[in-house]
Amino acid sequence: MIAILDYGVGNLFSLQSSFAAVGADVKVTKDKDEIKKADKLILPGVGAFEDAAAKLKESGLDEVLKNEAKKGKPVMGICLGMQLLFDKSFEYGEHEGLGLIKGEIRPITDVIPKELKVPHIGWNALHFGKNKHPLFKYLKEGDFAYFVHSYYGADCDESVIATAEYGAELTAAVADKNVCGCQFHPEKSGEVGLKILKAFCEMEADLV
Amino acid sequence: MITKRIIPCLDVRQGRVVKGVNFEGIADVSSPVELAKVYSENGADELVFYDITASFEERKLFTDILCEVARTIFIPLTVGGGINTVEDFDRVLKCGADKVSVNSGAIKNPKLIYEAAKLYGDQCVVISADVKRVDGVFRVFSKGGRENTGMEAVEWIKHCCDMGAGEVVLNSIDTDGVKQGFDLEMLEAVSNAVSVPVIASGGAGGINDFVTLFKTLPKVDAGLAASIFHFGEVAIGDLKKELAKNNIPVRI
Repeated sequence: MIAILDYGVGNLFSLQSSFAAVGADVKVTKDKDEIKKADKLILPGVGAFEDAAAKLKESGLDEVLKNEAKKGKPVMGICLGMQLLFDKSFEYGEHEGLGLIKGEIRPITDVIPKELKVPHIGWNALHFGKNKHPLFKYLKEGDFAYFVHSYYGADCDESVIATAEYGAELTAAVADKNVCGCQFHPEKSGEVGLKILKAFCEMEADLV
Repeated sequence: MITKRIIPCLDVRQGRVVKGVNFEGIADVSSPVELAKVYSENGADELVFYDITASFEERKLFTDILCEVARTIFIPLTVGGGINTVEDFDRVLKCGADKVSVNSGAIKNPKLIYEAAKLYGDQCVVISADVKRVDGVFRVFSKGGRENTGMEAVEWIKHCCDMGAGEVVLNSIDTDGVKQGFDLEMLEAVSNAVSVPVIASGGAGGINDFVTLFKTLPKVDAGLAASIFHFGEVAIGDLKKELAKNNIPVRI
């Protein structure tokens, strides 16, 4: 079973439906025992980093998630959920993250030209580099994913598994062993997104 | 590279898509779910559902259909029509909408955009403006384009973005339904004034109108249309191929 962590941030309807569409046994839950029993975990998130990090902590799910990740359980963060996996974020101040991915979350305005619009919103091509991560095994170079974000993963070179070009090379996805994350929304990226979720469902052996 | 978005708009009343629909090989052409599926499979980058229901019962039907679409289609969904309160935002977001567009609701209650953006984020709030020239000035109209609010459009739209709107749908009443192309003059005025994405609406008559739009105004992010897609006059796939041929970045 795949557990989508429900810690009171955002709407999990689309995420749940998209996993169901690829045939996954999926459940939205805040029950710690259920999360411990799950085979894989999804950390969703929309909105501001500080607020989401506080809610995750309040729910007590941050510790459960960290423990399960350390045990080797596959974890995927999506959008803000990916950002929460990092060490810290500089969105409106400086806030601590889960520390599961080495790096920091910084404003895209640090690296993109001034004339480009913020947030980076819309469909952008994914670039995978030389070694395509198992998460993208059903994708081809240049496939499009749907992005909506104003902050990005920085100083995480070792973990970057996909990038997108928006006046600069932005982190599109990261992975460190069993922990991975997508800055874009697979659940809103049509067939391409579903292929990523399918690959995640199949990933266990590839990752650990 | 970020691509230009092509967005079909579906007007829904009594659970059906309004305006004639003319697709071959689809059993139920005016089912929003079926039509959304066809658009999604044929390269639509996003879908807009416009609720033009009149009664409470119809509204419930609309939200049921929205849930059904969100279960079936995995591209961004925007919902507009009848959004007057934060509770309306909540209702459609819970059904799986990603963005909510406000029009008359923001005119009646200027705080609505601010409150919604604070709760759901700027990316969730779309200001949709119906604009028409009156004595050479762009004026904002409300109530589906029937009532002149007297407000100057560029200033109003800018104000909405300052309040937290993360995207603008600019619908030119002057070019709407005429099928002679988008309102480039009006679109230029607005896209020069705001820093958020601008979606052109009103006037698309054929593929060339989209090519002209994106070539003339590279700042415009997306083109929205209803009837040319519904009537099958323009297939989204063909449109995107033509845009690509003209070096306009699209998702194919």
